[in-house]
Amino acid sequence: MMTNYRNQVTQGQFSFLPDLTDEEITLQIKYALDQGYAINIEYTDDPHPRNTYWEMFGFPMFDMKDPAGVMVEVQACRKTFSNCYIRVMASDATRGTESQKMSFIVNRPAVEPGFRLLREEREGRCMGYTIVPYACDMPEGERGQ
Amino acid sequence: MAIGKEGIKGKERYKSGVISYKKMGYWQPDYEPTDVDVLAMFRLTASPGVDPEEVAAGVAGESSTATWTVVWTDRLTACELYRAKCYKMDPVPNTGEGTNIPQQYFIYIAYDMDLFEPGSIANVTASIIGNVFGMKALAALRLEDMHFPVAYMKTFDGPATGIIVERERMDKFGRPLLGATTKPKLGLSGRNYGRVVYEALKGGLDFVKDDENINSQPFMHWRDRFLYCMEAVNKASAATGEVKGHYLNVTAATVEEMIERAEFAKDLGSIIIMIDLVIGYSSIQSMAKWCRENDMILHLHRAGNSTYSRQKNHGMNFRVICKWMRMAGVDHIHAGTVVGKLEGDPAMIHGFYDVLRETKNEVNLGNGIFLEQDWASLNKVMPVASGGIHAGQMHQLIHHLGEDVVLQFGGGTIGHPDGIQAGATANRVALEVMIQARNEGRDYLAEGPEILKKAAKTCSPLQAALSTWKDITFNYESTDTADFVPSATGNN
Repeated sequence: MMTNYRNQVTQGQFSFLPDLTDEEITLQIKYALDQGYAINIEYTDDPHPRNTYWEMFGFPMFDMKDPAGVMVEVQACRKTFSNCYIRVMASDATRGTESQKMSFIVNRPAVEPGFRLLREEREGRCMGYTIVPYACDMPEGERGQ
Repeated sequence: MAIGKEGIKGKERYKSGVISYKKMGYWQPDYEPTDVDVLAMFRLTASPGVDPEEVAAGVAGESSTATWTVVWTDRLTACELYRAKCYKMDPVPNTGEGTNIPQQYFIYIAYDMDLFEPGSIANVTASIIGNVFGMKALAALRLEDMHFPVAYMKTFDGPATGIIVERERMDKFGRPLLGATTKPKLGLSGRNYGRVVYEALKGGLDFVKDDENINSQPFMHWRDRFLYCMEAVNKASAATGEVKGHYLNVTAATVEEMIERAEFAKDLGSIIIMIDLVIGYSSIQSMAKWCRENDMILHLHRAGNSTYSRQKNHGMNFRVICKWMRMAGVDHIHAGTVVGKLEGDPAMIHGFYDVLRETKNEVNLGNGIFLEQDWASLNKVMPVASGGIHAGQMHQLIHHLGEDVVLQFGGGTIGHPDGIQAGATANRVALEVMIQARNEGRDYLAEGPEILKKAAKTCSPLQAALSTWKDITFNYESTDTADFVPSATGNN
């Protein structure tokens, strides 16, 4: 079990708050759409802090203007990958940004076992650090069963 | 080329002896700046009894080609091009007759771009703030703003990383980043120091920071600090699943030593290093180049700036430091909090933040932006708000500073009654709940205290923070204001 506040992975914008309700998620999606961002949904069973490329649940929804439509996709992703981390991301194509502007978790696995910190002792008391998610002990496709 | 009504030309102009700067051609009120001119705007107080136009011309002269007497060697050069021209002079509102402040003028000076070495802040400063501040003919002088043409701007690399790439590397979007400075700033051993770093990061901060004067003292040598801090960073990262960092201050007596410390930080896997403004412009540019080559975020602590930026009539405005530092290539710079313990009029600070974060600055006199600036494609700098801020001010901080900022709660984290982790958690919960409310379209500035109170019901660390610091504000008049929109330091 993780021993930090809320005993869970705290990536994303709202991981220190109680899990957002679907109504609250809808309001965040509405904000993103009002800003002109494109929303996409991603999932993973590997919560390593530098696991940048979560799997894409479809393309970014460039032409979707209705928060309810995005929520349909969120629900579909939850149904298929119920024991994965799922995040909603929003991208801004404006010149000078052209990157993500939002990212928050909307689904978590039932158990979050956390991370092992491996230390490789090097010369002069230097340490090489490696972070390994316990969730990745099983091969891809067999995790979270 | 026109040389102004009072300028003289030809043989008369170059007769040996002394003639006024105005007559030498440094005063040209009908001059139209070109798009390859560098512009500087100063606040001038002439010495008693001296013609202010002549002093203004003197500032243009002494910051470009002039000396006190006529020299025939001017005629071997394209001297009319190289001569800076004072082209505009406006009296400053609320100074002079009927006030208790001697008459001040805003003077605008144009310099041909080729007066300056490409890509060198040191060279720009040697001209613009070199000799002129000590001229006897003036009582006081303050550099208020500068404009650089795009062609010259493109000779600078700009920030090594920039806001966008920093966020991508940190995997943190849509909210301000959170930091804290380790306290006490002096005296902790390396081992105890790392304890503070670990607790704060595990509790919910993204960064912890060395203070400006933590270098390599008898109580803690730099190498020891780096090793313990990186243990803390990695342990906290494993405890949370987040990318974390600690600004390792590499400031040292020589650039060679700074590079050695930076290399060590890189070998240990740090994502960020730190320098102080006092190391000087060339050293800053060297470190920025090193950071660009090594994918490192560069944090700049503005140590020393108030010695020359705080007084309104003399020195230079901090917005010019912001411009130079964006050109020099830093990724972070402390730029004020509005609500905290350090100097800062809200409108002025909004102006600093605009200089650091916008791709183009339009003239905005209320915020102290006197000259427009196209930043070409130089990256944006992440402003850092630090000094006397706490979780109870979260709605004001987000309202004034936006989301691209590092909010640093030093005392507001480490001074928490239930410990450092609890302090960090209080800040993070307050931040997330306020961003949530903003995005939901609520009037979070007005409802802020209520929003925090409600969140505190399910978060005892936030509850304790709110009751400990509920009445702490820093209500003082600012010394530096725009002269166009009067306002007091905001704390409401």
